[in-house]
Amino acid sequence: MIVDKILNKLQQTGYKTLSRFSRVGRGSLFLWQVLFSLPYIIKRPGLLVRQLYYVGVQTLLIILVAGLFVGMVLALQAYIVLVDFGAEDSISLMVSLSILRELGPVFTGLLFAGRAGSALTAEIGLMKSTEQLSGMEMMAVDPMKYIIAPRFLAGVIAVPLLTSIFMAIAILGGYFVATEMLGIYEGVFWSQMQNNVDFYTDVINGMIKSLVFGFVVVWIAVFEGHDCMPTSEGLGQATTRTVVHGSLAVLGLDFILTALMFNV
Amino acid sequence: MNTRNIEILVGAFVVLAVIAMVMLSLKVSNLASYGDDGDAYEILAQFDNIGGLKERSPVSAGGVRVGKVSAISYNNKEFTAVVTMQIEGGYEFPVDTSASILTAGLLGEQYVGLSPGGDEENLVAGGEIDITQSALVLEQVIGQFLYSKAQEE
Repeated sequence: MIVDKILNKLQQTGYKTLSRFSRVGRGSLFLWQVLFSLPYIIKRPGLLVRQLYYVGVQTLLIILVAGLFVGMVLALQAYIVLVDFGAEDSISLMVSLSILRELGPVFTGLLFAGRAGSALTAEIGLMKSTEQLSGMEMMAVDPMKYIIAPRFLAGVIAVPLLTSIFMAIAILGGYFVATEMLGIYEGVFWSQMQNNVDFYTDVINGMIKSLVFGFVVVWIAVFEGHDCMPTSEGLGQATTRTVVHGSLAVLGLDFILTALMFNV
Repeated sequence: MNTRNIEILVGAFVVLAVIAMVMLSLKVSNLASYGDDGDAYEILAQFDNIGGLKERSPVSAGGVRVGKVSAISYNNKEFTAVVTMQIEGGYEFPVDTSASILTAGLLGEQYVGLSPGGDEENLVAGGEIDITQSALVLEQVIGQFLYSKAQEE
């Protein structure tokens, strides 16, 4: 009896582990197929523009608002610490470096996973459960080329663009708080920043990070949509998984990329 | 929504991102100072101690920024720190100019200050400044102060 129970548990664990592996395998094959479907978009740029509107333009508002407030809060917090050392002039350096290196790419990745990633999963998942994808295949239209690839590419393009907007608006938010509320001189604010922020180490590395985050988040989002159980319950689970896995992937990758780029 | 409106909005989105990138490169980082390197020339100076001087620290004369520190190395024969400074084209200094490492404010960042001499010849590319003054290291100053206090008593 006891032996049976233990064996049962073992079997379940093994089954779950194998399913995980098969999901990873399906995900990788899926990415392979998507990458090979990308050249099709060159012939149909209209599809890409429409998707850029859905994942890019519609995410813009939340990025603008979040960026503004992150920059403002960061300036306030930096001031509280730095004023004790008489170093409140360095406030701009602290705000700009933390935005460019970490917060810009990470925040944008997280917001994108929540706002656009979940929408992508839900849309593709619903297409699957209402058998629109199978319908397309019946009509000899490859859904990989027509549905998945434009969404994937639009996401990969949109995230770096959103990140640069986030960075700019956050620094402007920090600038507003520092000069208007905290009484830092405008010239000091910009010159501290320009003397110490390097375009290649700070700005370009931040953009590389955002490109990686965008790629991973969109990959997870379209794969979860394409791979979901075609039921209302499965759709909900897939959407949740997109947000959870996407956010965790962004945070985990951020640590690895930071360790690689800024080896202190 | 019709295709034309979508195209307009996506176009505006891309333009906004480009503006943000331009701001990040010109206003926030030092990309603008990479551009005018055409006439810039390099001069050397050897210091006993450079304190917290770093690459890209400013070089100024009379409070005006005239260049930046482009490289720092250590001379293992004379045991001195060799600071290579990139001076923007258009600024010229006599050969008997002296260089000292100064601190902006009490604890601020360190920079190289040049005080021009009176010679009629000017420093050329690769020239070396002979008269240098090391950085003021706060620990050493405090140590000297305590030492002299102890001797008085």
